[in-house]
Amino acid sequence: MDPTNIRDPDYFHKVVDCQWACPAHTPVPEYIRLISAGRYSDAYMVNWASNVFPGILGRTCDRPCEPACRRGRVEEENVEKPEPVAICRLKRVAADLKDDIRDRLPRPPTQRNGKRVACIGAGPSALTVARDLAPLGYSLTVLDADPKAGGFMRTQVPRFRLPESVIDEETGYILDLGVEFIGGRRIDSLEDLLAEGYDAVFVGSGAPRGRDLQLPGRTEAAKHIHIGIDWLASVSFGHIEKVGRRVIVLGGGNTAMDCCRSARRLGGEEVKVIVRSGFDEMKASPWEKEDAMHEGIPILNFMVPKSFEHENGRLTGMTFEKVQAVRDADGRRTLVPTGEPDVLVPCDEVLVAVGQENAFPWIERDLGLEFDRHGLPVLDAKTMQSTLPRVFFGGDAAFGPKNIITAVAQGHEAAVSIDKFLQGEDLSERPAPHLNLVSQKMGIHEWSYDNDVSQSSRQAVPWAAADKALKSIKVEVELGFDAAAAFREAQRCLNCDVQTVFAKSLCIECDACVDICPMDSITFTMNGDEADLRVRLKAPAENTAQALYVSEPLRTNRVMVKDEDVCLHCGLCAERCPTGAWDMQKFLIEMTHAGPGCRTPRREAA
Amino acid sequence: MTYIAKPRLHHPTLPENRVGFTRRDYEGKISTLCAGCGHDSISAAIIEACWEMDIEPHRVAKLSGIGCSSKTPDYFLGNSHGFNTVHGRMPSVLTGANLANRTLLYLGVSGDGDSASIGLGQFAHVMRRGVNMVYILENNGVYGLTKGQFSATADQGSKSKRGAVNTDAPIDTVSLALIMGATFVARGFSGDKRQLVPLLRAAIAHKGAAFVDVISPCVAFNNHPGSTRSYDYVREHNEAVNRIDFIETRPEVTADYEEGHVVEIPHHDGTLLRLRKLHGEYDPTDRIGAMNYVQHHQARGEIVTGLLYADPHAEDLHEHLYTVDAPFNGLTEEDLCPGAAALEAINASLR
Ligand SMILES: Cc1cc2nc3c(=O)[nH]c(=O)nc-3n(C[C@H](O)[C@H](O)[C@H](O)COP(=O)(O)OP(=O)(O)OC[C@H]3O[C@@H](n4cnc5c(N)ncnc54)[C@H](O)[C@@H]3O)c2cc1C
Ligand SMILES: Cc1ncc(C[n+]2csc(CCOP(=O)(O)OP(=O)(O)O)c2C)c(N)n1
Ligand code: SF4
Ligand code: SF4
Ligand code: SF4
Ligand SMILES: [Mg+2]
Repeated sequence: MDPTNIRDPDYFHKVVDCQWACPAHTPVPEYIRLISAGRYSDAYMVNWASNVFPGILGRTCDRPCEPACRRGRVEEENVEKPEPVAICRLKRVAADLKDDIRDRLPRPPTQRNGKRVACIGAGPSALTVARDLAPLGYSLTVLDADPKAGGFMRTQVPRFRLPESVIDEETGYILDLGVEFIGGRRIDSLEDLLAEGYDAVFVGSGAPRGRDLQLPGRTEAAKHIHIGIDWLASVSFGHIEKVGRRVIVLGGGNTAMDCCRSARRLGGEEVKVIVRSGFDEMKASPWEKEDAMHEGIPILNFMVPKSFEHENGRLTGMTFEKVQAVRDADGRRTLVPTGEPDVLVPCDEVLVAVGQENAFPWIERDLGLEFDRHGLPVLDAKTMQSTLPRVFFGGDAAFGPKNIITAVAQGHEAAVSIDKFLQGEDLSERPAPHLNLVSQKMGIHEWSYDNDVSQSSRQAVPWAAADKALKSIKVEVELGFDAAAAFREAQRCLNCDVQTVFAKSLCIECDACVDICPMDSITFTMNGDEADLRVRLKAPAENTAQALYVSEPLRTNRVMVKDEDVCLHCGLCAERCPTGAWDMQKFLIEMTHAGPGCRTPRREAA
Repeated sequence: MTYIAKPRLHHPTLPENRVGFTRRDYEGKISTLCAGCGHDSISAAIIEACWEMDIEPHRVAKLSGIGCSSKTPDYFLGNSHGFNTVHGRMPSVLTGANLANRTLLYLGVSGDGDSASIGLGQFAHVMRRGVNMVYILENNGVYGLTKGQFSATADQGSKSKRGAVNTDAPIDTVSLALIMGATFVARGFSGDKRQLVPLLRAAIAHKGAAFVDVISPCVAFNNHPGSTRSYDYVREHNEAVNRIDFIETRPEVTADYEEGHVVEIPHHDGTLLRLRKLHGEYDPTDRIGAMNYVQHHQARGEIVTGLLYADPHAEDLHEHLYTVDAPFNGLTEEDLCPGAAALEAINASLR
């Protein structure tokens, strides 16, 4: 293999598994260390810079970082139940335990640059655009059909998962940057809006249409059948305060989980989730399913809805066909009837949560803004620019429904594009993120990070008492870690951003690092191609998603090969190295956000 | 040394051996030696060899003298028996222990100062008596623990870290072991575990006095230009005569190697040692030849490594002395005091 180029900004970034997996590339270990140090406000600000909504995300994030977290891999075959660091809930700790941070936020600009940007929708993507651009001097106008800012975070995510005060606080930080927010204004024509003379428009209107289920009885029993996201919005606005005693929720995604748990709190005593396919195939995150079942909500699977049963305009139940999954000749999985008799499930109300769609009836098709055959705008996936150059998209409106953190990440990218666009720059020229490696050595065996690896297992988040939690939709279920539990959990983080950096010229090949490494990560051997090296190392490097760090040839002609997969970042290799050939260096990567950092460097005139 | 304890976490694929232990189970306390000390690599090689041979840690006794090298038994086989004796006296304590209980595996760990200076007499006698043990001499040419004075194995003309030249003639412990009648003699290098681990395994399998001299650079006091025990010097002057491919207790196993490149040494206890020759003419069963060869190459400044001599017909102290098989701690009063009738019979036989 060729020697590894550690100056490639992606190389060490990938080693920080959580940060790499986070769409906004939040510097996770950095904020976790700050939590360990009790510096909650600093931890909050590290988050705020990257993901804009630490308090909201600390309660609701889809947390792609956690399945990626190294701790989960490292605990395999070592503890009974390997688990990642509770990254998401530590984010909430930063938000819960911080001091007033308002004086650390950027101030509204004293001087505007004369350019006007409109955001359609006040969801996370649009608010991110506003936050990134407003301090730079742009005039931001955020328009939403709803009266308050927050988008689906406010209207969909139920209050028992996300209290309104947190939404108010974090959307407030953005609107206080001198952003003009116009609530209660639905845009009915993009053409008209463009005519108002905005220099750029960001569309962050989400995927607001819930799919319906047209089955016999749908119209007759319409009064007791609701589209999930519309129902959740009505609950959120307080228009709906009660639900029937027996409720069926159709669908297996996160919306279904929010519907059933909300129904449980609005008087639903017998709430059931019913899905077409298998339990394991459900789209909802595992923890959402667990939480629902924990609240006494059964999930019935392999039942295909056939009809709504009704009597005199009243819904009485639903009929389902029982199916099973089989593989056809091509190995494709299909659902076929088992032949068992259909099942009638009596109920008083049905919530249909079988998917969400984009809808852009308000965008005229003759503006030069193209749509693909799925009805989604044609976009440059990197710049988020549409085929109408001054219109940009982000969030669920861009590529269909995803989640908050993806919306934030796309908001950042769109903000970079809008900034460059309005500065007359080439949008595709996006400067690489800024990279920094700093030695953490403080003394012979002292590092400026805590390199001792904690053995504790994942801390459980305390919950409000079940009877209290189910009484009101406004009672937050999860209580968050206290400072002591937060410390224990933060200590589980392996500091994956403190990198093992190898200096070939200093190595005397004494084997000290090989001998001490608890994870058998280091091997000195003759070079070979990657597949060959992976099986020849001290421990097999089976996880090909993780890189091999290969040095230039050493004095014996061998190379140093380090499998990054399960390194604990314990620094023992560096402590044992007599010559300092290994060093522990903190990797800092500054993602390119809107502002001077994203501009194309200009050559000085001679 | 290191301040934090080595994390207990291990690689998810870390295998267990036939007695149910992982390699990590053969570790000891975290080392307090200097970072990069060759002795730590030897500890790692001992751990590897014991794991590979499915040795039960509680069936091992580690004995040592005084020195950095002699401290190392604390850093491997943390669940074995240990005895840190006085300077240079490991062989006599080990001999006693071995006489009292021959069922344990005896690892004697020593340094060049411990063995070639203060303990030279003990070293010579334990070899000629054929005590069944593995004598590991961690040879760095200096007294590491007392801050780098030349030891008796330092080469004449080699320079200390401060620039002083050694004027005394060196003691070659390999030659001495051969002369004194060791039945297994090998030399390895701490920086080459691929060679060292099989040498240790073969030494452990050997029944008799097995001597393994391991060149082990002292990074603190003997790893500079002018030293003949530095990593660089040893790498440049290392002449490996052979490589051990395997040690087997089932002689019928064969491997396909080019004719003439392989030597097999079947031992009378059923062990088979298979060596790949690197120096065509070298015969590791010829004691006199080995002595000549080692001396000859040494004179040219080469450090001969590999399996230098193995006596397939080795016997040990117990066979010479007709001692009982059972460990002393298993002998009952009845065994030890067979009674008046037995005494009478002995007396009668002497009349
Ligand atoms: C029930 C449910 C629960 C969810 N839970 C989570 C969760 O726990 N974690 C998570 O990460 N994600 C969750 N999501 C997904 C998440 O809410 C969205 O992915 C995210 O909010 C999308 O952000 P966005 O910026 O695209 O805008 P959205 O949040 O979708 O907001 C769009 C806004 O645009 C406004 N708008 C739309 N059209 C117009 C128009 N023509 N004129 C004016 N205003 C308009 C809407 O009123 C809305 O306020 C959930 C989604 C649902 C449905
Ligand atoms: C009876 C006695 N004499 C002298 C000493 C001082 N002393 C301690 S270690 C040592 C030499 C150790 O050298 P070596 O065996 O080569 O071990 P190394 O530290 O080099 O591994 C000496 C002379 C002692 N401890 N006891
Ligand atoms: S151990 Fe810490 S730094 Fe490493 S992936 Fe997990 S949270 Fe991120
Ligand atoms: S930091 Fe060094 S010693 Fe620790 S696990 Fe990683 S490679 Fe091994
Ligand atoms: S002084 Fe020399 S022999 Fe002793 S621990 Fe340090 S490097 Fe090893
Ligand atoms: Mg010594």
